Amino acid sequence: MMDGRPSAAVSVPLAGVAARRGRRAWPWLLAAAGLCVLPLVPGLDSNFVRSLVSQMGIAAVFALSFNMLLGQTGLLSFGHAVYFGLGGYVAIHGMRLINAGLPIPIPLVPLFGAAGGLFFGVLIGSVTTKRAGTVFAMITLGLGELVVAASLMLTRFFGGEEGITANRTRAPHLFGLTFASQLEVYYLIAFWAFLSVALMSAFTRTPLGRMCNAVRDNPERAEFVGYNPQRVRLLAFAVSAMFAGVAGGLHAVNYEIVAAEALGAARSGAVLLMAFVGGIGSFFGPILGAMVITWLQVSLSDYTTAWQLYFGILFIIIVLFAPGGLAWLIALHLPLARARMLHTVLPGYLAALAPALVMVLGGSLLLEINYRLATKPELGTRMSLFWVAMDVSRPWPWIAGLAMLAGGFYAFRRSWALVAAGWHAASERMREDGAP
Amino acid sequence: MLELVIFSTLNGVVYGLLLFMLSSGLTLIFSMMGVLNFAHASMFMLGAYFSYQVGKLVGFWPALVLAPLLVGLIGAGVERYGLRHVHRHGHVPELLFTFGLAYLIEEIVVMGWGRNPIENRVPATLDFPLFTLFTTSYPAYKAFMMAVSIGMFVALYLVLKRTRIGLIIQAALTHPSTVAMLGHNVPQVFMRVFAAGTALAALAGVIGGFALLTTPNMAAALGPIVFVVVVIGGLGSLGGALIASLAIGIMQTFAVALDVSLLDLLRHAGVAIGRESALFELASIKIAQAAPMIPYVLLVLMLIVRPKGLLGTRET
Repeated sequence: MMDGRPSAAVSVPLAGVAARRGRRAWPWLLAAAGLCVLPLVPGLDSNFVRSLVSQMGIAAVFALSFNMLLGQTGLLSFGHAVYFGLGGYVAIHGMRLINAGLPIPIPLVPLFGAAGGLFFGVLIGSVTTKRAGTVFAMITLGLGELVVAASLMLTRFFGGEEGITANRTRAPHLFGLTFASQLEVYYLIAFWAFLSVALMSAFTRTPLGRMCNAVRDNPERAEFVGYNPQRVRLLAFAVSAMFAGVAGGLHAVNYEIVAAEALGAARSGAVLLMAFVGGIGSFFGPILGAMVITWLQVSLSDYTTAWQLYFGILFIIIVLFAPGGLAWLIALHLPLARARMLHTVLPGYLAALAPALVMVLGGSLLLEINYRLATKPELGTRMSLFWVAMDVSRPWPWIAGLAMLAGGFYAFRRSWALVAAGWHAASERMREDGAP
Repeated sequence: MLELVIFSTLNGVVYGLLLFMLSSGLTLIFSMMGVLNFAHASMFMLGAYFSYQVGKLVGFWPALVLAPLLVGLIGAGVERYGLRHVHRHGHVPELLFTFGLAYLIEEIVVMGWGRNPIENRVPATLDFPLFTLFTTSYPAYKAFMMAVSIGMFVALYLVLKRTRIGLIIQAALTHPSTVAMLGHNVPQVFMRVFAAGTALAALAGVIGGFALLTTPNMAAALGPIVFVVVVIGGLGSLGGALIASLAIGIMQTFAVALDVSLLDLLRHAGVAIGRESALFELASIKIAQAAPMIPYVLLVLMLIVRPKGLLGTRET
């Protein structure tokens, strides 16, 4: 179902990693050490950074669990937030039981989320995994809507619009951890996120993980060697839902509230965006995507109300021009970096960067003007965009935007020849040197 | 009671036919190109907004023709400059492309017309009661909706079964390479079918815009239901889509009219569920409240009983 092009391009370096994985323990150690010291580094020791990295960690676990379906098993789900949300609800009810006196420390709450995700994953998955491919995608969309509709009706479990709240500090304090500070919550989330990522990475090397790839690439042959593709899909679905539930449990601990939006279509769309922007053909791609998108969500929403529109445009550009995502773009440049030849393509990139910036600036100027006029007409036509005051009842802001968009696009297309020339020179040199 | 049954049936059939206008275009595109167009309901929404905008300039009747034509042109552009490029990557990237497109169209609609519902009124020529039965009167525009959708199916059927272009389309459904070998431009046939499918969705939007609220999230609300119709009917089957559309339309309309809950029914049967019971909340939901869930419950039941769908022939 998933086409080979993006994954084939990325699976070459991945296979290399698997062959040399004995030597490749250092990225894990580095990541663990980085997570430990990050909140103590001067300049990064604010609660803002801790909360941002916590959100990134939750998003990374969720995006990886999603990619276990899409990238690894070839199943596109439009309702993955259902398991995030249901895991979150089970975890928040677990926390309420703890508040009422159940003797379990808070660090174990994500296990409630995992149990909830696994339970609903098996329950719902036994229906959805009967079909694969595009039909599977449609069914997950329908079931997502079903769960959202149910969540608004069954208020005793879901709490309706307000959601369910709990208190993470009213619990048995293991080793004196009260979880009143963001720092302690950060370490809890970092620990569970790291553990989940490591487990999901290990899952890709298990026989089941390999069978998932086989079912993705050729279900008939998988059936021929004695595996039931539907069963493999169900197992992958259940494991993936379990990790989505862990992410939901971490969400419950982080915010102390779980509401209906946790399982809605918007979150299902967001996780698809993260995984795809990062790159579904590589294991680490979704982590990268989760970090980038979370950062953009936090920072862009401060500047513009139209950030969803920008996400939509970004998603379509990635689907059209870089279906392997950011991880694919990085993997493309690794051989150049290894041969110390990045400098041959750099001038072309720099030449393309300037017109690209002009184009983006012109386009977003037009979008911002339109968006403001449409959503807040009461504020009038005088506005300040990109630190420039303007009156959009006059034609010049529109002309400027259009000119920048069109001129930037023209120059960008022309500069592409320079990029191509740089790549051509680099590959010529590499062929002469006999490098791969 | 009889009054309720008659009017619920009429409303259900109108709603069902509207669903079929959407699902027929989706089915046609799917069975021809294998593309599941996630943005199909967005084209429906664009139809509603365009007819409102064009109608303000030239009146409703020209807009009834112009709005679907405009949306059809957009559909042709989407196929020619977007879908055709992701086509070589396979079906899931195609689905992702249309998913992104649906997202984008919603934001563009917000940018053009704002987040609040627009006043998409029934034109004066259709705004009168057609007949009055018992105490309820039946509005003329609903009869008009029914007439347009039935007229559309007859036209679609005749084009597919009785014309030369219909013959080529039918042949390209199963044997695209042979059709290409005979000298027909298959990519162009695909583009035209895609454009026609989106134009049908837009026509449904023009006449459905009055009945439903015209807001930027109407696509997100209707899209999943259309998908459910297509899966229940059986992928690629127009007949199955018709049955599923009418069934869902009628069932949902009847459910909205039923103000009873499982609790009431059980009480009739002599079974009482206490307020403390865990089942109390589930049982006390009124059928009218649960109406939005009906299509999805049907989907689950269908997948358990017959994963192929009603008249479907293939598994994927």
